Amino acid sequence: MAIFGKLFANLRGGKVSSADWEDVLQSLIESDLGAANSQSIIEIAKRERGESSEIAVKAALHSWLSEKPRAIAKSEGRTTTVLVVGVNGTGKTTSCAKLAGLLKRNGESVLLAAADTFRAAAVEQLQTWGTRLELPVISGAANGDPASVAFDAITKASGASTSYLLVDTAGRLHTKSDLMDELGKIRRVIEKVSPVDEVLLVVDATTGQNGIAQAKLFTSSVNVTGLILTKMDGSAKGGIALAIECETGIPVKFVGTGEALEDLSAFDADTYLSGLFDS
Amino acid sequence: MFDSLSAKFSSAFSSLRGKGRIKAGDLDEITSEIRSALLDSDVAVSVVDSFISQIKERALPQLDELNKSTNPSQAIFNIVNEELVGILGGTARRIRYAKKAPTVILLTGLQGAGKTSLAGKLAKYLKDQGNTPILVACDLARPNAVTQLQLVGDSISVPVFAPEPGNGVGDPVRVAKDGVKFAAEKLHNIVIVDTAGRLGIDAQLMAQAKQIRDAINPDEVLYVVDAMVGQDAVRSAQAFGEGVGFDAVVLTKLDGDARGGAALSITQITNKPIMFAATGEKVTDFDLFYPDRMASRILGLGDIQTLAEATKNAFDGDTAAKLESKFASGEDFTLDDFLAQLEAMKKMGSMTKLLGMLPGANSGAMKKQLEQFDDTELIRTQAIVQSMTPLERRDPKVLNGSRRARIAKGSGRAVSDVNSLVERFTGAQKMMKQMRSGKGGMPAGMPPGMPQFPQTSGANSNKGNAPKAKKSRSGNPAKRAAESS
Repeated sequence: MAIFGKLFANLRGGKVSSADWEDVLQSLIESDLGAANSQSIIEIAKRERGESSEIAVKAALHSWLSEKPRAIAKSEGRTTTVLVVGVNGTGKTTSCAKLAGLLKRNGESVLLAAADTFRAAAVEQLQTWGTRLELPVISGAANGDPASVAFDAITKASGASTSYLLVDTAGRLHTKSDLMDELGKIRRVIEKVSPVDEVLLVVDATTGQNGIAQAKLFTSSVNVTGLILTKMDGSAKGGIALAIECETGIPVKFVGTGEALEDLSAFDADTYLSGLFDS
Repeated sequence: MFDSLSAKFSSAFSSLRGKGRIKAGDLDEITSEIRSALLDSDVAVSVVDSFISQIKERALPQLDELNKSTNPSQAIFNIVNEELVGILGGTARRIRYAKKAPTVILLTGLQGAGKTSLAGKLAKYLKDQGNTPILVACDLARPNAVTQLQLVGDSISVPVFAPEPGNGVGDPVRVAKDGVKFAAEKLHNIVIVDTAGRLGIDAQLMAQAKQIRDAINPDEVLYVVDAMVGQDAVRSAQAFGEGVGFDAVVLTKLDGDARGGAALSITQITNKPIMFAATGEKVTDFDLFYPDRMASRILGLGDIQTLAEATKNAFDGDTAAKLESKFASGEDFTLDDFLAQLEAMKKMGSMTKLLGMLPGANSGAMKKQLEQFDDTELIRTQAIVQSMTPLERRDPKVLNGSRRARIAKGSGRAVSDVNSLVERFTGAQKMMKQMRSGKGGMPAGMPPGMPQFPQTSGANSNKGNAPKAKKSRSGNPAKRAAESS
């Protein structure tokens, strides 16, 4: 496991003062883990303190990670459908393109569906990525019904035995019930042809405590199966992802770390957890 | 976890309210509750701590004085409110126009903050005030950001200066420079420059942002921030402050349930005011930011001022005067008047949004009802009235079975819907008469027979507005304090 840096130098020694604990608490809060969550991590660590306080804190954080599989779903013999959802501006379209690139590099055939018919030029944005990736993109009319785009895409993907269909959807705030219903409809319409195997919620690493509400409400409308944590190359630590994992059991599957197509990698727990304390 | 900041504030204060005398220990208790409420709202740790110590510093020395007042908890509440407004920037700030046109506005921010959408909203807002804005597409990095800005510009009929196709092609510094020059030649009085999203720690891109700034010497540099941002708000704002420097902040995505703690952090740390707030996906969902209103929203006092303004704008002088004279002369309130009111209410925008501005709107029971409130109910009610003949609208008593069946068919509703509307209307009419004879009941200016919350609509509508009255009494404790002062 990676070393947590100088913050833990004091914790590694025998005596740990309450000021040292206070420092750890503050960095946890500043990583967006949440005030109450950070407090309970410290309490667990203090209680379980075995070999050293440093190990105890790491163990406490580790115990909050989801135990669900972190690999992307794959169904044999039919198209694996992945729905990409999230609030506005988290990086859904970019993540969709990166994921398509990753799958393509692994030798899978991929079809992209531009079901964000709402935001101006979102379809063109995905099409541009499609051209760069040399992957086909299914799209519909601007301001058209996103469910019909999704339906066309799954019909085509199933017919051509494409291994993955990635459906990019419009950004929506989780509090807008009509837009959340629209998302449910997209899922139902796809499932008339073939099951949806994976619903990935794109969460921006800069997101604060609101991320928990996002995860809960998106789950209740389309049953989220995994997270893509984006913009991890910035100064944000993305502590909200651990809070979401702990609260909902939804695992982070991918991490976005830049603007280039290759900047998407599988989630690595150790890198992520030690990142919470980098300053 | 789901409770909004205002719900937490009111629960903190409700424990204080029961006490006639407030001791130093009580103050510690409530400030620690306020502390955790603010942290859960994503306010930066350092900002929370200085806020708390400021409140203590103000309240402690005058505790004896406060306890002599009739309502000591209210006095503490006022201190908290004042401090919040203070941090949020005191009074609203307007755009500073250049002495010599065009006024140049530069937008910066992280990726996904909402710069391009905001550019459109800001242009529309300024255009509606009689300006002639032009948009300049300098986001040449994100695929099709240029196309997006062009589409946004088209939809609001504002020209877009976009000489480069983007998608990695072109020099944003040159585009910005040429854009301002072009605007001056074509006599546009405002130039809004949209730039690519960038990270505060990306030295190269921050240097580019600075180059753009130096090339066009903007009158206002606006930093665009997502209201949902967490603790990173401070780090990024500082990085942008040092990198490009900005004059004011714009908060986006305020229509969600984000608690907006970032607003507090950024204004406190950078000392820059929040100028605008974007509150929805429509291009008109945009307004000046009012610190005092935001503070009362946070404290659960509601946003009565905005609500009042929305009402005033929607009910034009004519409608109001006509209604008033009718009321005074003893004439009956007819379905035609009702229709005029429905029209006006529709102009005010989403009812859910408006009702959310009422005091106590964020408390448990009220919030649930708000979530279930159906805005389309207004349109359905309107359709029913519009399917009536002038005679029926003047005198609903003529509505027999076959007329009701026809109206139902015409409006695409069930006969029971027509029945319940007529019933509700008759009730409202009766109440108007009672009010005139001084028996009172309903606050003046509130349209009678307004579509009610789902639970109270339909068959049991005879109860009239009783549930509403109860609601305001059982509302937010913070508001009760305000009322009793």
